Amino acid sequence: MRFVDEFRDADKARALAAKIAALCAPGREYQLMEVCGGHTHTIYKHGLEDYLPEAITLVHGPGCPVCVIPMGRVDDAMHLASRPEVIMTSFGDMMRVPGSQGSFFDARAAGTDIRMVYSPLDSLKIARQNPDRHVVFMAIGFETTAPSTAMTMLRARAEGLPNFSVFGNHVTIIPAIKAILDSPDLRLDGFIGPGHVSTVIGCRPYEFIARDYGKPVVVAGFEPLDILQSIYMLMVQLSQGRSEVENQYSRVVPWDGNPVALKAIGETMELRPYFEWRGLGFISHSALRVRESFASMDAERLFAVPGVRVADPKACQCGEVLKGVLKPWECKVFGTACTPETPIGTCMVSPEGACAAYYNYGRMNRNRVAEATSSASVVRS
Amino acid sequence: MTAGSGWVEEALREHDHAQRPESPDRRTELPVTDREQQVLDRIDRARRRRPRVREERITMSHGAGGKATQTLIEAIFLDKFRNPLLEPLEDAAELRVLGGRLALTTDSYVVSPLFFPGGDIGDLAVNGTVNDLSVSGATPLYLTAGFILEEGFPVADLTRVTESMRDAAAAAGVCIVTGDTKVVQRGKADGCYVNTAGVGVIARDVSLGVARAGPGDAIIVSGPVGDHGITIMLARGELDIESDVRSDTAPLNGLIAGLLDAVPGVRAMRDATRGGVATILNEIARAADVGVLVREDDIPVRPEVRGACELLGIDPMYVACEGRLVAVVPGDRADDAVNALRAHPLGEQAAVIGKVVADQPGIVRLKTSFGGTRIVDLLVGDPLPRIC
Amino acid sequence: MCLGIPGEVVELHPEHSDLAKVNVSGVKRLINIALLADDPPKPGEWVLIHVGFALSKIDEAEAAAAMEFLEGIGQAYEDEIAALRGSLIE
Repeated sequence: MRFVDEFRDADKARALAAKIAALCAPGREYQLMEVCGGHTHTIYKHGLEDYLPEAITLVHGPGCPVCVIPMGRVDDAMHLASRPEVIMTSFGDMMRVPGSQGSFFDARAAGTDIRMVYSPLDSLKIARQNPDRHVVFMAIGFETTAPSTAMTMLRARAEGLPNFSVFGNHVTIIPAIKAILDSPDLRLDGFIGPGHVSTVIGCRPYEFIARDYGKPVVVAGFEPLDILQSIYMLMVQLSQGRSEVENQYSRVVPWDGNPVALKAIGETMELRPYFEWRGLGFISHSALRVRESFASMDAERLFAVPGVRVADPKACQCGEVLKGVLKPWECKVFGTACTPETPIGTCMVSPEGACAAYYNYGRMNRNRVAEATSSASVVRS
Repeated sequence: MTAGSGWVEEALREHDHAQRPESPDRRTELPVTDREQQVLDRIDRARRRRPRVREERITMSHGAGGKATQTLIEAIFLDKFRNPLLEPLEDAAELRVLGGRLALTTDSYVVSPLFFPGGDIGDLAVNGTVNDLSVSGATPLYLTAGFILEEGFPVADLTRVTESMRDAAAAAGVCIVTGDTKVVQRGKADGCYVNTAGVGVIARDVSLGVARAGPGDAIIVSGPVGDHGITIMLARGELDIESDVRSDTAPLNGLIAGLLDAVPGVRAMRDATRGGVATILNEIARAADVGVLVREDDIPVRPEVRGACELLGIDPMYVACEGRLVAVVPGDRADDAVNALRAHPLGEQAAVIGKVVADQPGIVRLKTSFGGTRIVDLLVGDPLPRIC
Repeated sequence: MCLGIPGEVVELHPEHSDLAKVNVSGVKRLINIALLADDPPKPGEWVLIHVGFALSKIDEAEAAAAMEFLEGIGQAYEDEIAALRGSLIE
């Protein structure tokens, strides 16, 4: 497969691993955060950590848009779905997220009309086919996915579709990164920047990280070589004492982002003054809601939702995992009470959650491929 | 909502017990890898515990062929029906009757849609049952055919399904000797459900079972994986995806006979259906308490299946097949086994995909094309519901 | 959710200018290309597909440059290993 296979080449990986190991200063440890859940997923799926020396630790960040949805919002969604006239449509990732009364999956088993879609446009199709019902689309995702929701809303308006609305839970990445940077619990040396979010917002929004916090950022693609190359680029910056924003994913990410996408978001949505993030608490201007001008497509305006704040289960340590303070296996209930089958928190249930990635792919004894030595870099293959 | 949250408290207690400090800050005493290993050991113990169904209602996961299905079977069916003939939970039960050995199996088919590129529910019904018997070392002989029909189901479609079953039975050399018909009201049975039972004779001197796998054994697959599941998913028409992929439904008795002729010491064979190859690898690791190591580069997958999987975010290892064999053979007979399979039209792309090892028992590991390693666990959810 | 997959544009929809058919390893699907309205893709060009929309074009020159860099690293590595081996023999 083009643009995929060549970025999974093992020989190039070995070469990069040797370079990375050679850049590690003796006795020094490096903590690099990959913000995006998709990167966490790739790292574990391809066993990328095998190529990193012990000196480099990858810290998993909060870039999992499903993981950060608080239980109260899941309950609100379930409330909407349980209305007899509503057909709730959702991406597959949401199906198992636990609310206080169970998940979409449980609700569907009990008879609620919840349907999985691959694209928000599929919701429009269902709305057209069911004129006597009202279709609500559970809109989740970072800036990557918001344009698709926006275009869907614009299309619905153009068609004059009367029975479609959006339950908006889009979140924005920059406030989350800032919350991480301001957190006293972490000592990070650099960031593997989100790849697909950047196709929409471009690379400029990350400049404050390099300028004000002195940490290098490399926007990375999603194939394992992309991530490994990005780690290499971060290590080069660190070894040279630089902190800049670089774009490893230049084949896909334009430095200025996608103006058409940003315009679509701007037309249909606006920033909420604040939004609650699971584990990170309330963050101002960190999420999107439907604009007044599209009120007829805002599920929250059309239907009353309880809007109750629900505390996470006592045993749940998702918040600390999302911030990167705890590794998945350091969570008290990881793998015993909390498993993909019996999830307590969202990190275990989302395909991009760090706990899910570690449990499903990474839960094994690991033999590192590369070892950093002071004179030569040795790579075992 | 999961019932009985007492197990959360239990898990917390166990965690705290393990973390109990001999000195004030035990966390910083042990190196990270040791702490991580402690957690992995604790998880391993939790996974080996007696299975219990925590849900109050059946969900689609229980039919996916993965973890939930396994738990349901062990916690409810095996628990209530328990007897030595059922315990092995192989694809067919092995019975001793009047000095001879018989294999007996049953299957239900709820595939949606009923007709798809490469076959229909009738083909699946016959081939699936023939295959379950064949992988048990039996020569399949007789099948039953039970139909549950929905009020309003077109007779023409029923005729088409029946003709497919007739033709599939003839191709496999089996005879459909008895059956049953029920009709349920409109809205139930989704057109047509089929149930079959099959019986065959184990004439060969073989002793097959996944528990017999041992370190040094080779694991072989008879051809490209994932064809059937992807075909069904695309045939549902919900995803607007076009492709040439066809179901691989086929009777494997001829292929298996050739394999057993060449390598009578085959340890185990399984029909890769729901849950895909990954599920069988886990069954081997669990039943024989061994480690399994496979190489991503060695697993044959058609490019279109791969493309569809990438597009949908699914792993081909978990996608159902309906005409693929997974065999465990002694390591030194691997080449003979592959050659025997390749000599048959259904086994042209047979390949060794991995081996059985002693370390990390119960765990299936994959060496990725990229060169790193990850584990391959049983799936919880169902990427592709109702594919067979 | 971050799932984005490269696909080759095969044809533009004759009636709907915001739809195009893409090919991903032999599998074809109709996707919405409205987000690329400023510079719509033509058949033969590659795009990044996410939840039924094309988010961005794949710049072949940049991809080639990325590959060249990786190949260069690979070559340097091979040279280094050869040098290492050479020095051991002596």
